[in-house]
Amino acid sequence: MSDHIRLHKGLNIPLAGDAQTQITKRISPDKIAIKPTDFKALNAKLLVKEGDLVKAGTPIFTDKSRPYINYCSPVSGKISEIFRGEKRKLLEIRIDADETIEYLQLTTPNFRTATKQELIETLLESGLWAAFRQRPYGIAPDRDIEPKAIFISGFDSSPLAPDLDFALKADIEQIQIGVDILSKLTAGGVHIGLHATNFASSPFHRLGKVITHTFDGVHPAGNVGVQIHHVSPVNKGEVVWTLDMYTVAAIGRLFTKGIYDVKKLIAVTGPRAHKPSYIECVPGINFSSISEYVNIKGDKNAKEQPLPIRYISGNVLTGDNVGKDGYLGFFHNQITLINEGNYHEMFGWIKPFRMKKFSISRSYFSWLFPKKRYSLDTNLNGGERAFVMTGVYEKVLPMDIYPLYLFKAILAEDIDKMEALGIYEVVEEDFALCEFVCPSKAEIQEIISKGINLMIKEMS
Amino acid sequence: MKAIRKLLDNIKPTFSKGGKLSFLHSSFDAFETFLFVPDTVTHKGTHIRDSIDLKRTMTMVIIALMPALLFGMWNTGYQHNLSVGANLEFWPTFFYGFLKVLPMVIVSYAVGLGIEFAAAQIRGHEVNEGYLVTGMLIPLIMPVDLPLWMLALSVAFAVIIGKEVFGGTGMNIWNPALLARAFAFYAYPSFMSGDKVWIAGLTKGEGVIDGFSGATPLANAQAGLDIPTFNDMFLGIIPGSVGETSTLAILIGAALLLFTGIASWKIMLSVFAGGLLTGLLLNVLATEGSYMAVPAWNHLVMGGFAFGAVFMATDPVTGSQTERGKWFYGALIGAVAVIIRVFNPGYPEGMMLSILLLNTFAPLIDYVVVQGGIKRRLNRAVIK
Repeated sequence: MSDHIRLHKGLNIPLAGDAQTQITKRISPDKIAIKPTDFKALNAKLLVKEGDLVKAGTPIFTDKSRPYINYCSPVSGKISEIFRGEKRKLLEIRIDADETIEYLQLTTPNFRTATKQELIETLLESGLWAAFRQRPYGIAPDRDIEPKAIFISGFDSSPLAPDLDFALKADIEQIQIGVDILSKLTAGGVHIGLHATNFASSPFHRLGKVITHTFDGVHPAGNVGVQIHHVSPVNKGEVVWTLDMYTVAAIGRLFTKGIYDVKKLIAVTGPRAHKPSYIECVPGINFSSISEYVNIKGDKNAKEQPLPIRYISGNVLTGDNVGKDGYLGFFHNQITLINEGNYHEMFGWIKPFRMKKFSISRSYFSWLFPKKRYSLDTNLNGGERAFVMTGVYEKVLPMDIYPLYLFKAILAEDIDKMEALGIYEVVEEDFALCEFVCPSKAEIQEIISKGINLMIKEMS
Repeated sequence: MKAIRKLLDNIKPTFSKGGKLSFLHSSFDAFETFLFVPDTVTHKGTHIRDSIDLKRTMTMVIIALMPALLFGMWNTGYQHNLSVGANLEFWPTFFYGFLKVLPMVIVSYAVGLGIEFAAAQIRGHEVNEGYLVTGMLIPLIMPVDLPLWMLALSVAFAVIIGKEVFGGTGMNIWNPALLARAFAFYAYPSFMSGDKVWIAGLTKGEGVIDGFSGATPLANAQAGLDIPTFNDMFLGIIPGSVGETSTLAILIGAALLLFTGIASWKIMLSVFAGGLLTGLLLNVLATEGSYMAVPAWNHLVMGGFAFGAVFMATDPVTGSQTERGKWFYGALIGAVAVIIRVFNPGYPEGMMLSILLLNTFAPLIDYVVVQGGIKRRLNRAVIK
């Protein structure tokens, strides 16, 4: 079964620094960190202390309100530091990794014969449950609530995103096993979204026990939230689960080998990346292990000093600025290196030609060069203002949602309105492009995040 | 360039928090960001941002107003010289108008920006760019002979009561420029309507040649007199407010606004369509020789119709904010403007009132549209 959905809105930001489809390094990390802050609405309860020895798959912390969800270490080694921030907020659990990963051996049931309950228990125990997210809210799902369906996006359309076909083609058997298991957890089926232009060549096209949908369009066509919206939107009281393909592969490995193996191929990308390509690693690696990919010197021909670099775990729209010594986030499948934009530009706002700047607006000339790639930097390109322009967000949001009205409902903390305007269907990433194009420079993902947190608080 | 930057960096601490002149922070910031795009970087959410900002957006609108402004200057001189029977050479004509219109622009900006700066200072906000456009619009929709103090008062009213009390740019309900005009219109009616105010010097009775009338086409149409040809009105060689007369000049600006995507084509198109259809309907119902019989297309080039459609109705803050609502909003503006013109003898120019009226109702239109969206969400099927 398959259907075709055409999306007319959105934007592919022409950022330079696409990853070459080749694997240039396999990282066996010396230190990693697990960040409770990667998981929304999590109130972490630590299960380890500094100096403890752990294996890959040992639970590190759980959720205070749902202690059945384990968050596990991806490597074996010694807990070197429990790093806290203001008000003792738990930020990072740092682990000195062993040279070779030693896995905690779990006894997993036969996935073909196991009951739904057994499968869920195994997923919870293994730590892979933490990688499941539910809509509404984008948090880890409850074990007792059956989702109406499970959605997996088969492609990532965000700027410089890894090519999942390439990154996961070796794991296709494990993914099939993962899908088999997932299809037992819901009556609504496992839905996979593929890109219309190359779905036939995608390894995911041949997966069994799934319902495939093809999407034609630019970013955010690959966002699972957009795909859900067009296939089976989330209404009040409904829950769907979302996963990324990497997790499906890890589920397959869990049930065949009995280990928590979350190794993955991620892309190192961006205008300041030297030889952008793919690396094999685990979540939480330290950025020092990709130092050879950082182009410190910048552009060879430039006369001026190179700009500082922003180290982003994830993509430029939704990733985290983690700094030079930061750690890769749990859900992130790419690293992006771009220029910081902390410079002044005289009369920049009125200059007719700014050839290095990109804009969706035709008040610049970037529309003349549709194939050009830009080395975009982190300059805000203006100052923050009240909402003035209208119709801008609608151009990049392929969902039947009134974005401005949703933002205003959130700012007014009007729960009923937020519900009526679709807060259950969205997470921050769906509005990332709105934030990118906003001429008033509003922090839209922050607004959505505030709205979701308010809903979680009020509806629990 | 580097010297200016250095100077700014040197005096910046004085204006920053804790500095001696920190109460002038907003003003300093306005000048600094005028000279330089600030070095602020993203700290939350997306790491990169589109290069468009409100400064550039507003600048585009001002550029789009230039043809209307320049033509308005020339036409001011032309109408004056016509009235006194002076020669009509291009440069002297233009220069006369330039000297008449420039003080209006200066007064509008000085008063308006003065208030904006003060308001930003009081709130501790950055100075918003919104007034850059409003300040240019106001002189263009006023009669050239309006005394400057009246202009100043209208501007002050519009900015304080129309905008700042609601919270500044982005929060206002009515288009500030039209509010300034409405204020002048009701406070000083004798300076805002009639046959004399539209041509520089006529109110002072400067030697007018025999048989010259300074009446606008709208007044003539109302009085049942002949109106100028469509071509003359399209080109704009008629009496009227400074910038509103030439539909051609306005359309050049409209082209820029539509091309850059800054103004909504839906609103512009629907205002013209609404006006034309209403006019055609009245034509069908009209008796010979009445105002209703004035050919519908003339409404689009008379008075401030085109100017309102292109520069006023499309104001994103006061207009309808939903894409579907924009169609209704625009069409109603066009229709109501023509209806007021034809049926209300007290107000020959219906565009101003029509837009202000629909500004008031825009939130209602949006409410209905958004409710429709909410109903769709409630009604949709559970699963395919």
